[in-house]
Amino acid sequence: MEPATAWNKTMQSVKSGFVRSNVAVYVLISPLLLVLLAYVVYPFYQTFVQSAQNADGAFSLANYVKFFNWSASRANLEALWTSVYISILSVVTCGIVGVSMAFLLERYEFPGRRWLALFALVPMAFPPLIGALSFTFLYGESGIFPRAFQALFGLAEVPFALRGVAGVLVVHTFTMYTYFYLNASAAIRELDPSLEEAARSLGAGRLRIWRKVILPMMTPSLVAASLLVFMTSMASYTAPLMFGVERTMTMQIYLSRTNGNLDMAATQSTILSLVSISFLILMKWYQNRRNYQNQNKGVGPHRTEVRSPAVKYLFMALSVVGVIVLMLPILVIVLLSFSVDGAWTVQILPTSYTVQHYIDLFTDERTWRPVWNSIRMSLIATAGNIVFGVAAAYAMVRLPFRGKTLMDVVIMVPWALPGTVVAVNLIAAFSQPSVFSFNQVLIGTFWIVPLAYFVRHLPLVFRSASASLLLADRSVEEAARSLGANWWLAFRRVVLPTILAGIFAGALLSFVQGIGEFVASILIYNVSTMPLSVAIFQKLYAFQFGTACAYGVLQILLIILVLAISQKLGGSKAGAPM
Amino acid sequence: MDTGVRKVKSVRLENVRKTFGGQRGVEEVDIEIRPGEFFTFLGPSGCGKTTTLRMIAGFYYPTSGRILFDGQDVTYWKPEKRNIGMVFQNYALFPHMTVFENVAFGLEVRRLSRNVIKEKTERAIRMVHLEGYGNRKITELSGGQQQRVALARALVIEPGILLLDEPLSNLDAKLREETRIEIKRLQTEIGVTTVYVTHDQTEAMTMSDRIMVMKDGVVQQVGSPQEIYNRPVNQFVASFIGESNLLDGEVLEVQDGRAAVDVGGNRLIGLAANASPNTRLVRGAKVKLLVRPESVMVGDGPNPLTGTVLLAEFKGFGISYLMQAGPLQLKAMSVNVGRGILQRGDEVTVHIPEQGIYFIGE
Repeated sequence: MEPATAWNKTMQSVKSGFVRSNVAVYVLISPLLLVLLAYVVYPFYQTFVQSAQNADGAFSLANYVKFFNWSASRANLEALWTSVYISILSVVTCGIVGVSMAFLLERYEFPGRRWLALFALVPMAFPPLIGALSFTFLYGESGIFPRAFQALFGLAEVPFALRGVAGVLVVHTFTMYTYFYLNASAAIRELDPSLEEAARSLGAGRLRIWRKVILPMMTPSLVAASLLVFMTSMASYTAPLMFGVERTMTMQIYLSRTNGNLDMAATQSTILSLVSISFLILMKWYQNRRNYQNQNKGVGPHRTEVRSPAVKYLFMALSVVGVIVLMLPILVIVLLSFSVDGAWTVQILPTSYTVQHYIDLFTDERTWRPVWNSIRMSLIATAGNIVFGVAAAYAMVRLPFRGKTLMDVVIMVPWALPGTVVAVNLIAAFSQPSVFSFNQVLIGTFWIVPLAYFVRHLPLVFRSASASLLLADRSVEEAARSLGANWWLAFRRVVLPTILAGIFAGALLSFVQGIGEFVASILIYNVSTMPLSVAIFQKLYAFQFGTACAYGVLQILLIILVLAISQKLGGSKAGAPM
Repeated sequence: MDTGVRKVKSVRLENVRKTFGGQRGVEEVDIEIRPGEFFTFLGPSGCGKTTTLRMIAGFYYPTSGRILFDGQDVTYWKPEKRNIGMVFQNYALFPHMTVFENVAFGLEVRRLSRNVIKEKTERAIRMVHLEGYGNRKITELSGGQQQRVALARALVIEPGILLLDEPLSNLDAKLREETRIEIKRLQTEIGVTTVYVTHDQTEAMTMSDRIMVMKDGVVQQVGSPQEIYNRPVNQFVASFIGESNLLDGEVLEVQDGRAAVDVGGNRLIGLAANASPNTRLVRGAKVKLLVRPESVMVGDGPNPLTGTVLLAEFKGFGISYLMQAGPLQLKAMSVNVGRGILQRGDEVTVHIPEQGIYFIGE
């Protein structure tokens, strides 16, 4: 054999071995793993290390002992308990509201149904801070409604007001019932009507059909919604902040951090993360376990027309009330955005109005700066999310490699982690130089906030990209390869165009989430990079309601715009968190 | 399946009409289905057959007309009160229940004792040959098995009437035949009045005692399979059921119970009694001639025609030919008894026996 051919042969076998052993795949996914390791796993680990060492830096569980020591300090355990019970109650209230709305709107036809269905989704347009804010303006101690009733009946004190845990619960219900509503609606729509008919033909009455057929069929989506609401409530920070409920986990972390008790903040973060991650795993496990596939065919879903006039008027009245309740938070934010700063004190409504805040927004450099900061930081984070989210989605859906499950969990973890925890983790990791930050201290720089956005919103792009990839026919890529296109060309010309809408929807969502982000920002921003939500918060404390609300209106408009665009793209499903 | 005091019911549809928001669904159905009869609604999709079935089930109420079970007016009864067994096109099995739980559901509704439910359910599962599958989940069954569970669930409640809505359309060809025989066997054994909806004429022909052919919401013909096949009332029924040659002709003369007709220059003679009610057999009248391919026989005989073979299809049990005879294209069939097969381009003579011609009015 001639040496040249032998060499060629060796090269060929090396090449094919390279492909066969999937080394190429690992080369492709290693940057992904590196990013996840650097910005998800490593910060998490650093937080744990910080929580599990004593003053000398030796391993110690003293912080955890302190956390669970009831006699030393009740604050931590009380906070854990309060977080848990608020979350459970939130699940209950959101479940009741969301499921009844879904049934009313999916199964019955009555005047006003379309309007209610449209406005039912309004809460999705609220950034967390604005949602809580609007409720304090409307129903808080000095809110419009309590003041109005006080004036109306000439009372010395306001007759009612949202405060404390009740306030948190109402805001949670308003902002999170959509999880139940969307899940239950989808489940009802997918419910094969012939199942109900089969039950009826076998002699079952309405009640039995409910108990034995409809509810069991809906259980998976209701459980998914419950877990989602529970996790979101555990992570909720703005509602407790606005209603002064200090004994929740997120508030405790914030307080420990601002009091300089970093070890305790790390301990609390770790415990809260463990709760959230175990719920994430529970959710994954449950989704894999129960999966009823409907073979829906033929007769489409039907809405019962409400005929009885009394019931009809009741439903109509409910719709009107519903639409008003859903619209009020937006209306009050819009109204206040036109009020003169500092003019609204003890009156029911602001007395003097101006458009100055909107003019300032686009002319005054200082007013505009937070908006520009948020746009910049969110754009940077979104760009990163697109690159890594799409790559990760492609790897997860199309490439075979070991450790897929692990990677799936690691990508989704930031989504389960409360924003507060993400911030604490990043602080723990990057307040000293590390390899992953190119030996720089990131805390206090511009880059830490975009990094937090990147970590928090990576799952959004990942999910919508992988959803479109799963829908796209794999053989299309194979066809391109068979026609002689190499991997990159096939990806660029065939795969990417088919999933572009999904990626775009995810990216838009990631972008607006960044614009509205408050929970992590408040812990890591610095004065020169103050994002929009933090600016709103500070304006509030400076009694500049008008400016704060003008910022808020801007956020809401952006979100509505993005929701509308993704609806147009048909990516509405990919946009849903789960 | 309980041969005891089972009550098999008759079904009467009295001038039943159904419109959907002004649009016609079903027009004036007026039929009587006898106790124990296997009655089929046959027609292309959208013809109103499923709508009619759903009115019998009680999922729709007629816009006008009455529905009677054994003479009792049930027009506006709720479905759950009618004691019907229904098999849905997609089976509509409860995916969150096991096979046993699915079959037992109707018995639980009827508040039977635990032992009776167990016994009857097990017997029903045995009856459809699914012994040992009781604890399986629905998703673990094949399409054919799901179909049998659906049957068992419908029959275990000892319904007065069994309603089947295209039950075979989701099965592959082989299973379809097997299940068809199975359904017919069960129906014959149990003797339950059965209403069967299908768009497949083979199913309709092989299973039914009587068939109702529908088109665009209008009943075309009600009759036994032989009647429908041999004596269709119009062109639609003739072409919908079975293979057919529909030839244009003009009546030349009618004499001694025979009609001579000009068909593309050929003089064909048929029996004048072999005509649909709307046929006018008078000199000069335009008529259609229905000639089934099996009546176009190779070889010489009455009504001979010669032409060339365009297409020959070997089907195992027989050979189908498409031939050109002057201006006419004819489908012919000969039974495979080991004789040779004609090839494309071969010259061929065929003939049509007098009773093989059936006249249909325009």
